Amino acid sequence: MTTRIHTYLWPATRHILLLAGALVMLTPFIWMLSTASKPQTEIFSSELHLIPHHFALWDNLRTAFAKANLWRYLLNGLIVTISIFGLQVLVALPAAYALAKLRFLGRDVLFALVVFCILIPPQATAIPVFLLLHKLGVLDTYAALVLPFTISVFGIFLMRQFFKTVPDDLIDAARMDGISEFGIVWRVMLPTAIPAVTAFGIFSVVAHWNDYFWPLIVLNSEHLQTPPLAVAQFRNNEAGTNYGPLMAAAIVIIAPLVVAFLFAQRRFIEGITLTGIK
Amino acid sequence: MAEIEVRGLRKAFDGTEVLKGVDLTIENGEFISLVGPSGCGKSTLLRVIAGLEPQSSGEIRIDGISADGVRSSARNLAMVFQSYALYPHLSVFDNIAVPLRMKRLSALARLPILGRLMPGRQRTERGIRAEVERVADQLEISPLLKRKPGQLSGGQRQRVAVGRAIVRQPRAFLFDEPLSNLDAKLRVHMRAEIAQLHRQLKTTFIYVTHDQAEAMTMSGRIAVMIGGELIQVGTPSAIYEDPRDIRVAEFIGTPKINAFPGRIRGDGRLEVLGHVLHAATPAPAGECRVCVRPERIDLTGSGVFSGTVVHLENLGSEAFVHVASEGMSAPVVARVNDPSLLPTIGASVGYGFVPDAVRAFDGDGKRIATEIASRVERPRGMAVV
Repeated sequence: MTTRIHTYLWPATRHILLLAGALVMLTPFIWMLSTASKPQTEIFSSELHLIPHHFALWDNLRTAFAKANLWRYLLNGLIVTISIFGLQVLVALPAAYALAKLRFLGRDVLFALVVFCILIPPQATAIPVFLLLHKLGVLDTYAALVLPFTISVFGIFLMRQFFKTVPDDLIDAARMDGISEFGIVWRVMLPTAIPAVTAFGIFSVVAHWNDYFWPLIVLNSEHLQTPPLAVAQFRNNEAGTNYGPLMAAAIVIIAPLVVAFLFAQRRFIEGITLTGIK
Repeated sequence: MAEIEVRGLRKAFDGTEVLKGVDLTIENGEFISLVGPSGCGKSTLLRVIAGLEPQSSGEIRIDGISADGVRSSARNLAMVFQSYALYPHLSVFDNIAVPLRMKRLSALARLPILGRLMPGRQRTERGIRAEVERVADQLEISPLLKRKPGQLSGGQRQRVAVGRAIVRQPRAFLFDEPLSNLDAKLRVHMRAEIAQLHRQLKTTFIYVTHDQAEAMTMSGRIAVMIGGELIQVGTPSAIYEDPRDIRVAEFIGTPKINAFPGRIRGDGRLEVLGHVLHAATPAPAGECRVCVRPERIDLTGSGVFSGTVVHLENLGSEAFVHVASEGMSAPVVARVNDPSLLPTIGASVGYGFVPDAVRAFDGDGKRIATEIASRVERPRGMAVV
């Protein structure tokens, strides 16, 4: 009997703990949905309630789209994240291939430097990079948003670790077949590394879609702003923060990530767990 | 079709010498096996021939022309790898077509979508298709052409890898332990197929293996490599019957050859475990090793040596008896052709061997000549000791 209770007790505790953890994670998200669905009067009412008495999500969304050019910001976000990811892959794959599979003098030192670079927080290099972009005269352009992130040491590290697991025989076979070294990177390594590239893509796109710090520093023009900056606009209005439309805008800007996640859920999890296993 | 010459080849990795001066001439159309224990440098030698690894010194000549600095693809050799090394994202058809596409299509024509617009690509692709299908037919893998390597069994992958090698019509085939990932039954089957393939193509085959059974059954010549050196090159029967070095004698043949501690007496006669053999040698007196193959150990006769049976291995068609004797560190293994005549474990047995079964090696492991000593007084067949 006791063993029976024991067998149920542990899974139950486990699930309660997990649910509690999930709730902590989800609360801000649920609160965002709730606030976005409330009219202004209910948001500032003294009593707390989760379900709005008067459902005002559509009104808030309409206000949000009317006040700010959200489509433009979403497009900016798309241009910036896709460019960053594309360039990162273009740099990281050949670099990772060289570090993982080619034998040359100083390779291990170079790899140690790559790992070392992961330790440097982006804020530490923000000012020098800002000055560099100023000298180049590209501040307040898409280039300012994209260029500093084209070399991702994390990407190089991740891909290098994955390439290490690709058998040498495969590369030798490609060489015997007459494929050049760059050809090997794009025609052999890239297709076998799709799961790792996907994993890296998730990290890269999520990080740069949500980045608030860097766009805030390098941008002035409103038409170049990325989604997180757009949300902030609602707060900066002199008339006081307009929480309903702000939360509605927040829903709009995270929607692409959530939708992408739902569509590619299996791939995403595959990609992330894969980096753990291999 | 190619004659491959290896001259004074040395290769060092980080100061460790893996190949210590290898000289070998591989005849046109020959099937030669490179055998040796793991780590002996046989795979390295193959990779240097393939051009995947530069040598530290020495020279490779293919058809009389130095291959130094020639890219591996330009040497026109094909290699079959132990792990098959098929491109996992390509279908069987595309895998086999890769070497042809690399050779016949320009870089532009190989581009994913744009390439289709290039003039002449359609025609070249048709030619490639015909050749891939012919090879697939030959290897009986035509029904698999649309599958990915992940959907194939080990034996099928092996065939695809061979197909990718055949399709380019190389000057020579290099095999790097191609059968070691297969199960025992399939390995024996593929052994026959590869030998058949060689008879069909009549091209030079260089076959690296650590499995001496593969080398013995398939090749025209065997090159035994140990410790980065080529110890002996010869036909399978010569390597088996007439090993020039004790390491060759011990590596070739299962179970391993029996090595008795021996002594060369002042009069040239060999002495083993205190018994003087009817075998003599012109070599100077001193310590030596006297080796006898298990099938030459005679358990039925009244041999002068004696010991206790410690282990029996009955394989059905034959059996091996392990006999521990005084003065021997390892048990003596004897083959019994009729397993119904096996002694029991723990039984005392006598054993012996005829003088011409003796292969004697000096202190350095080099073979020393032996001959049957004169004045054999016992009846024939009983010439033990």
